[in-house]
Amino acid sequence: MTQEQLLTLINSAIAFGTVIMLGAVGEILIEKAGNLNLGIPGVMYLGGIGGMIAAFYYELGGGSSPVTGMLLSFLCSIVFAALGGLIYAFLTITLRANQNVTGLTLTIFGGGVANFFGASLNTLAGGVGQISVPVTSSAYRAYTSLGYLGTIGRVLFAHGFMAYLAIVLAVVMRYFLNRTRAGLNLRAVGENPGTADAAGISVTKYKYLAIISGSAIAGLGGLFYTMDYIKGTWANDGTIEGLGWLAVALVIFATWKPVSAIWGSYLFGFVYWAYLYIPGLSRRTLELFKMLPYVITLIVLIIVSLRKKRENQPPASLGLSYFREER
Amino acid sequence: MSTVERSGHEPFIRMSKRGEMLPAGKAWGIRVLGFFLSLVVSGVVIIAISGLNPAAVFATMATGAFGSAKTSWVTIRDAMTLLCIAVGLAPAFKMRFWNIGAEGQILVGGIATAACMIYLKALPAPLLMLVMILASMIAGGLWGFFPGLFKARWNTNETLFTLMMNYIAIQLTSFFVATWENPYGSNSVGIINMQKKQGWLPNLFSQGYNGDYGWNVVIVLLVTLVMYLYMNHSKHGYEIAVIGDSENTARYAGIRVNRAYVRTIVLSGAICGLAGFVAVSGASHTISTSTAGGRGFTAIIVAWLAQFNSVVMIIFSFLLVVLQKGAQAIASAYNLSQEVSQIMTGIILFFLLGSEFFVNYTIHFRGKKVAS
Amino acid sequence: MENITKRFGKVVANDHINLELREGEILSLLGENGSGKTTLMNMLSGIYFPDEGQIYVHGRPVTIASPKDAFDNGIGIIHQHFKLVDVFTATENIVLGLEGEGKFDLKAAGAKIAEICARYGFDIKPDQKIYDMSVSQKQTVEIVKVLYRGADVLILDEPTAVLTPQETDKLFDIMRAMKKDGKSLIIITHKLHEVLDVSDRVVVLRKGEYIGDVATKDADQQSLTDMMVGRSVSLNIDRPLPKDPKPRLEVKNLTVYDELGVKRLDDVSFTANSGEILGIAGVAGSGQKELLESISGLYPIRSGSIVFHDPDSGQDRELVGMDPLDIRKAGVGMAFVPEDRLGMGLVGSMGMTGNMMLRSWRQGKGPFINRKKPEQLANDIWQELEVVTPSTAFPVRRMSGGNVQKVLVGREIAQEPAVLMTAYAVRGLDINTSYTIYNLLTREKMKGIAVVYVGEDLDVLLELCDRLVVLCGGQVSGVVDARTITKEEVGLLMTQHRKEGA
Repeated sequence: MTQEQLLTLINSAIAFGTVIMLGAVGEILIEKAGNLNLGIPGVMYLGGIGGMIAAFYYELGGGSSPVTGMLLSFLCSIVFAALGGLIYAFLTITLRANQNVTGLTLTIFGGGVANFFGASLNTLAGGVGQISVPVTSSAYRAYTSLGYLGTIGRVLFAHGFMAYLAIVLAVVMRYFLNRTRAGLNLRAVGENPGTADAAGISVTKYKYLAIISGSAIAGLGGLFYTMDYIKGTWANDGTIEGLGWLAVALVIFATWKPVSAIWGSYLFGFVYWAYLYIPGLSRRTLELFKMLPYVITLIVLIIVSLRKKRENQPPASLGLSYFREER
Repeated sequence: MSTVERSGHEPFIRMSKRGEMLPAGKAWGIRVLGFFLSLVVSGVVIIAISGLNPAAVFATMATGAFGSAKTSWVTIRDAMTLLCIAVGLAPAFKMRFWNIGAEGQILVGGIATAACMIYLKALPAPLLMLVMILASMIAGGLWGFFPGLFKARWNTNETLFTLMMNYIAIQLTSFFVATWENPYGSNSVGIINMQKKQGWLPNLFSQGYNGDYGWNVVIVLLVTLVMYLYMNHSKHGYEIAVIGDSENTARYAGIRVNRAYVRTIVLSGAICGLAGFVAVSGASHTISTSTAGGRGFTAIIVAWLAQFNSVVMIIFSFLLVVLQKGAQAIASAYNLSQEVSQIMTGIILFFLLGSEFFVNYTIHFRGKKVAS
Repeated sequence: MENITKRFGKVVANDHINLELREGEILSLLGENGSGKTTLMNMLSGIYFPDEGQIYVHGRPVTIASPKDAFDNGIGIIHQHFKLVDVFTATENIVLGLEGEGKFDLKAAGAKIAEICARYGFDIKPDQKIYDMSVSQKQTVEIVKVLYRGADVLILDEPTAVLTPQETDKLFDIMRAMKKDGKSLIIITHKLHEVLDVSDRVVVLRKGEYIGDVATKDADQQSLTDMMVGRSVSLNIDRPLPKDPKPRLEVKNLTVYDELGVKRLDDVSFTANSGEILGIAGVAGSGQKELLESISGLYPIRSGSIVFHDPDSGQDRELVGMDPLDIRKAGVGMAFVPEDRLGMGLVGSMGMTGNMMLRSWRQGKGPFINRKKPEQLANDIWQELEVVTPSTAFPVRRMSGGNVQKVLVGREIAQEPAVLMTAYAVRGLDINTSYTIYNLLTREKMKGIAVVYVGEDLDVLLELCDRLVVLCGGQVSGVVDARTITKEEVGLLMTQHRKEGA
């Protein structure tokens, strides 16, 4: 493998890693509040299409400021993903629907909404050709001139701002969960809602907030993929969904620790793309090699379940509804 | 859950669990109401997107599902495939094993079926059919065996395990598609045995529609019926019900929980594998990564909504397939994306999930006395 | 509290109750299990909301709709089941849910907690994790939690149920100290001597109704019992002499560890004879559950032996290494009424018939299940034990506790076992149902069955059983004759480790 190839591989790994990381950090927040949200892929879809819709109409209306387009799409992405989270939260918390089924439904729904608009935006807008938002995308893909500083510079600096935002979010999430009053309360809700309730913590409020903000964070993963990785276009090829499921898997891989999710996500990204650079893979064996990230996650899943360390276990009430008057 | 207003002496709105179960009729009434509400909302969404007349929309939907004998058959065929998966999932879910790996189990079942069609086409037709059925079930069962074993032995999270198994199955399918590619460079397998139709489910009726439809119904309805008996009247079915309620009780009653666990998941995977057979041999006659097409997930919802009663699943499978066909008809009639059907499915499921709450809980408003 | 009423479905748990708590007093809330004590206190602490009635604090009407409202009014409750997060430290648990001003400072909180501990002599470390603590330490954390919040009304819900007598004495000292600090305390209990020991005033509830209140100095055991049960009950349980006792079950040097590697049973040996009731006494969590589960093949055994003497064949059978199915297949007639009725003994979502099948489902050839016999048995039990249920298909989870227990005990006895083991068979049941259960057990004893009765109420143990095995910390601290030993002696054994001082 040449140095050039290695660089490309590392940068692809960081790009996909960023998508997965954002999804995983959002899901960690949600799972720490005791909800297993299998709707993460759907939420990421919603985040991606939300940003796309805003940017598309902005540029269709003649908007030409990359920064404005970026801000609009960023905001819209968050709103879309948060709304997806709100549906899930309302059903699972207020109406106590089963979390797994609701999450899967959200994934179907989010994928439907995103791919529908992704394929029909141009038709709906009156038949304008391609769906592409080059102006907005350029703001997401702008990076510092440091990016041209040789090999190290290209590994460390040649990324759009969201790649750094993801790391910042992961670190902030760790601080929030472990060092703040609200983080403590949130973890209590996920571990033992009855106890949290008795301590005067509003379980409902914390769960709602965690799910909505966690979904917004995960949605940013879809936004990054749409705006940065595929340069402001839309691809209906299921990649976002695939990365979304990897994000769910990464939460376990990282044993619910946001900072572990950082290196874990890059590892996932690396394994995802490594097949391109393994010599001697035929088209058939290449498909087998692409199994690797899933096989690795499986192995980690098994190892975590074999080693029963108290600190590595999922939040104790993960997946259960809470209802105070239950008796 | 009870704090909305603090100023008064009683919160404005409270919820509590129903003291008694609702009669079945009333419970279904609530569900049907939720379903109609969801239709209204989906209608509004479609109109908002497309500016169409709702009556025309629903008329188009009906045509899409039952417009001609041919489309009706396709609807029935697809409903049967979905039903088969849901029936397969039921025993696993009933014992609280979250098998979201039906997608993968269908695919490996489909791969096994296609492999038989390709390599064993010289066999006599009935024998080939039998071999295909067995192969698809073994493949699906194997895909269930691993997550089942790890769940039983080490309590490994089965939701994530089966999810990963889906992706492994997808890559495996891609591998075989590349292996069996026909014609070369098309990146698809094409219709297998186009000429002599070896390994195609034969025609049940003498004047059928290309032979695809009759046997699907027979096989799947038979499986449904057998599953109903298995779940409600067999010793295994009883074990499953006890384990699903409480594993401790099951151990107390002398049920070997781990063994029952693995056995049930293998059965569940095997029937999903059979669904792969039904999809390949009885419908598409080819294999691709979209052979499962998300139905492994949709079927979970079918099984859940039917409360794991395989006979009730017939209704929900039809319901979902008819909706999807209808939505696809709208999409093509009005030049919209096919994905509109997923949006509608999502909305309807949200409402049906929500309506379960009103079946199980009552709401008290301040000031109103609740008759008890 | 004025005119408080709370219903659950058709059951009235509290019926128009008036209750007054004065400043600087310890009030006992006395009543049997199921008399509505806990429900009433849960409404003070915001867990439940009353259907009718009004709560006043310092004469002011207040709405307590959530635990937070309760704290705001200075009310704190120490639940019977601790409300603690296992993976958190003591400090984290104590500050949980507090809205503080400024920086979130766990160190400062820890210092303040250490100070409270020093003032009352509590032995907990602020940064110790809950899962590393003993039961009494967890209770201490609960108390510190309430004090840390500056509550002036403390409610203790059956605080002594899980404590040894020494720990109980220490708790009472703490309660008196808090009273001196001007705090008001409510202690929920059904143990009369504790009431007389610690409280200033007693309020008695019976079946959800307020019976009355008396100053403790004017009360004695007899008068309180009268108020509690409504009539003077002859505590004398009918106890015939054992019928031809012969060893039926021999436990030798039994040692087990739980999944965390903690020793739960330590070299336990005893013999259960046919035709007698063997009582197992001990503070909660002394190994009772592990003992019964080990015998029934549900608990992994490290070492020791359990030998069953088959009365029919006269053969001996080693039960260690068998699972419940092996035991059944070996023809060992073992009936077991576990502590966790709906979580282990019964299937909550099924009706009586489905639950009868739990013992018989394997019978008959072929893959299909026979419903006729279990249906018949369900009908018999329904009538004989007067189970209140609309049908044999009605889910047992929705029945009341007493009826659930009748279904469970009825089924186990119907197996015509050689050994019958019961764990806390009358917990949560009313007096009448309890006596029904006592009579059933005695009837089984007279049939020549070896009955093992794990209980918590010493009076019952002493009057129902023939012999007692006393457990303490997983060890047998004594095997005694229930007819001759005194309650005080048993109490002493319950706290006395065998190897102590050796």
